Amino acid sequence: MANKSVLFKIKRQASPSTEPFWEEFEVEYRPGLNVISLFMEVAVNPVTRAGKPTTPINYDSNCLEEVCGSCAMLINGKARMGCSALVDNLEQPITIEPFSKFPVIRDLQVDRSVLFENLKAVKAWVPIDGTYALGDGPRILPQVQEQAYQLSQCMSCCCCMEACPQFNESTGFVGAATIAQARLFNMHPTGKVLKQERLAALMGDGGIQECGYAQNCVEACPKDIPLTRSISDVGGDVMKKAILDFFRT
Amino acid sequence: MATTTSRIIIVGGGLAGLSAAIKVAESGAHVDLFSLVPVKRSHSVCAQGGINAAKNLKGEGDSTWSHFDDTVYGGDFLANQAPVKAMCEMGPGIIDLLDRMGVPFNRTPEGLLDFRRFGGTLFNRTAFAGATTGQQLLYALDEQVRRFEAEGKVKKYEYWEFLSAVLDSQNVCRGICAMDLRTMEVLTFPADAVIMATGGVGAIFGKSTNSVVCTGSAQGSLYQQGAAYGNGEMIQVHPTCIPGEDKLRLMSESARGEGGRVWVPKNPSETRPGKQVPEGDRWYFLEDWYPKYGNLVPRDIATRAIHKVVHEHGLGIQGQPMVYLDLSHIDRATLDRKLGGILEIYEKFVGDDPRDVPMKIFPGMHYTMGGLWVDSDQMTNIQGLYAVGECDYSIHGANRLGANSLLSCIYAGFTAGPNAVKYAKSAPAAPDTIAASFEAERKRQLDANTRLVNNQGTENPFRLWRELGDVMSRNVTVTRYNDKLQETDVKLVELLERYRNVNLSDKSMWSNQSFLFARQLQNMLQLARVITQGAFLRNESRGSHYKPDFPERDDANFLKTTKAFFAPDADEPRFEWEPVDISLVTPRPRRYDSK
Repeated sequence: MANKSVLFKIKRQASPSTEPFWEEFEVEYRPGLNVISLFMEVAVNPVTRAGKPTTPINYDSNCLEEVCGSCAMLINGKARMGCSALVDNLEQPITIEPFSKFPVIRDLQVDRSVLFENLKAVKAWVPIDGTYALGDGPRILPQVQEQAYQLSQCMSCCCCMEACPQFNESTGFVGAATIAQARLFNMHPTGKVLKQERLAALMGDGGIQECGYAQNCVEACPKDIPLTRSISDVGGDVMKKAILDFFRT
Repeated sequence: MATTTSRIIIVGGGLAGLSAAIKVAESGAHVDLFSLVPVKRSHSVCAQGGINAAKNLKGEGDSTWSHFDDTVYGGDFLANQAPVKAMCEMGPGIIDLLDRMGVPFNRTPEGLLDFRRFGGTLFNRTAFAGATTGQQLLYALDEQVRRFEAEGKVKKYEYWEFLSAVLDSQNVCRGICAMDLRTMEVLTFPADAVIMATGGVGAIFGKSTNSVVCTGSAQGSLYQQGAAYGNGEMIQVHPTCIPGEDKLRLMSESARGEGGRVWVPKNPSETRPGKQVPEGDRWYFLEDWYPKYGNLVPRDIATRAIHKVVHEHGLGIQGQPMVYLDLSHIDRATLDRKLGGILEIYEKFVGDDPRDVPMKIFPGMHYTMGGLWVDSDQMTNIQGLYAVGECDYSIHGANRLGANSLLSCIYAGFTAGPNAVKYAKSAPAAPDTIAASFEAERKRQLDANTRLVNNQGTENPFRLWRELGDVMSRNVTVTRYNDKLQETDVKLVELLERYRNVNLSDKSMWSNQSFLFARQLQNMLQLARVITQGAFLRNESRGSHYKPDFPERDDANFLKTTKAFFAPDADEPRFEWEPVDISLVTPRPRRYDSK
């Protein structure tokens, strides 16, 4: 059998201030390859398809099981995780680029810290009194747990934000992931004590109103999190709060 | 409130590190938290099946004592007993706390916590959040730490690599030396105490179930600075993994906890797909050999059984090193509710739906029971330096029970955090030479960087790593022979020699990941020798450590903790053995086929 190979090209960038450039690679095909294992091959033999020596590719990764959220990138134009992108399912040459809406650090590494800042802004936590012994947690019915668990699987990969047409510098939109987390903590029997503060953080410019209902987020989410449902749910709560606030003043 | 705020450095933001951070911040001390990755992306997310605690909510008469007994028995009596007992007693309170933090644990119809069975116990003792329990626990702690961060009590240094501890002239730990992974700047940071929470060592074995950052580099660096390394030879090989090109993916023990059955076709030349092999032509060898525990024997036992069936009976699926793990007899709704997350992993990475067809699995390197030696306060032999979680050796002895790792991480963090704060208040004053110690450590690390980047050799660090992983996986995992272990150590010395000739294809000083990896590789190689030589010297079989030439446990000679120290002049480990605390339960033979 002839040796099959895998062709792929990567949009690279040496630093935030330098120009991006493309490099093409070819590695030997094996069954079961994913995009990350292509990068591992390049690290062992850092040579382009044209035979030019180059440097290993820089990319964020950790668990390689699609639970840590690290290796998000654009693969054939789609925002997704590199680890679960199997070569067998991808058209070649595979095009691999860094996310376009986040500052590039180097090659495929981008700065996604904005999401963690947003989570701070909406107080995405349950404000417990302390870690000392305070007895059992609240009773929660299985149906409620199942709903919470769906939302709680968000791994902060930012695919939903990359895919969203409204997530850009001019709107300053907070993005679907943060809104879904606000919903998660508003649902929790103790977490809801901060509900009004969370809603307030999602009002105004860059808040939930920026959503254009393109529904790209829910398409892109690797964890099938009900993002549009969360946006409409929290949107309703924000609306109610806005009306109540209006009559209070 | 303290009048002068103590500063505690925590290295590693997985479950153990975040647990420590929460306790330290809550006490009023300041935390500087260093991590290679944003802490929410730490390896703890990979833990799937659950967390053990004897809440006894199933009317089975479970108790913290039973949990303790199962744990020390499961670990083949190599763990010091007092800390294990303390952990098991803390367990139910930890579950309650996590529940209050909002972890979406699975529930009973009454709204109470649900529990399932795991290996090495007869009780339903494992609380779980779907099949991504580690992720859910990590997120809950991450959220609490984010809250402290917003209040200014925790400062995160994400994308920073720990390089070394800063020790004063009295060998007391006074801070750390670390490198910014973007600017590559090397800086020192002072602290009143340092807590290491740097996880496992999977990368030493090449492919494992561990995440990319689990190299053991930090532990290797500290070992070379004088920290004792305990029971390094105790490496857990998980019985059920999905072999992959880039890593081995875990198929959680919870699959068996929920009724999954392990089998092979009785006929070695069976050609029908698994689903079509009739019941009578299947051999459920674990149920056959271990009728009482069945598929839920501890991991070391299951792993050896699978190896035996494949390598001695020649019954691997279609001649391949693989056996079936079968869930297809369980209804889909139950599987989705309790195991959804792991079934998705199999579906996504293999392409088959395990709700319909049996999964193909094989054992793979998963966990180190060994790690930095600590006392019952979690302090290492270096004063002011603590270790918690997988990077510490203390809880699991010669074999870890499933769902005990998450508990041990939180227990250790909750123990080390307050102890470090207490220590910080009474720590001896720094000697006058302290500024020089900081400067010397920084210079030592800068020099190492300069040497590495200017090296004009011929070796590619990633190739050396492949060779390291191959030899370690082949000779230092499930079955160990002394001649092979000696061969391995010779190979490791060769790799260390060739490491001097590493030539980096990327010499830039901005976010250079291969530079970082090359740095870590040296520490990995040194630690590999600790693991290999420790295995060579332990001439018995205990827990995960199995030598066919010494098939029995030998308490007379080896009921001892292996302690490895780095001997700088010889550039290799020297060993001491320490008696194990067996004050609570007398060691008895470990037999899961009878008991």
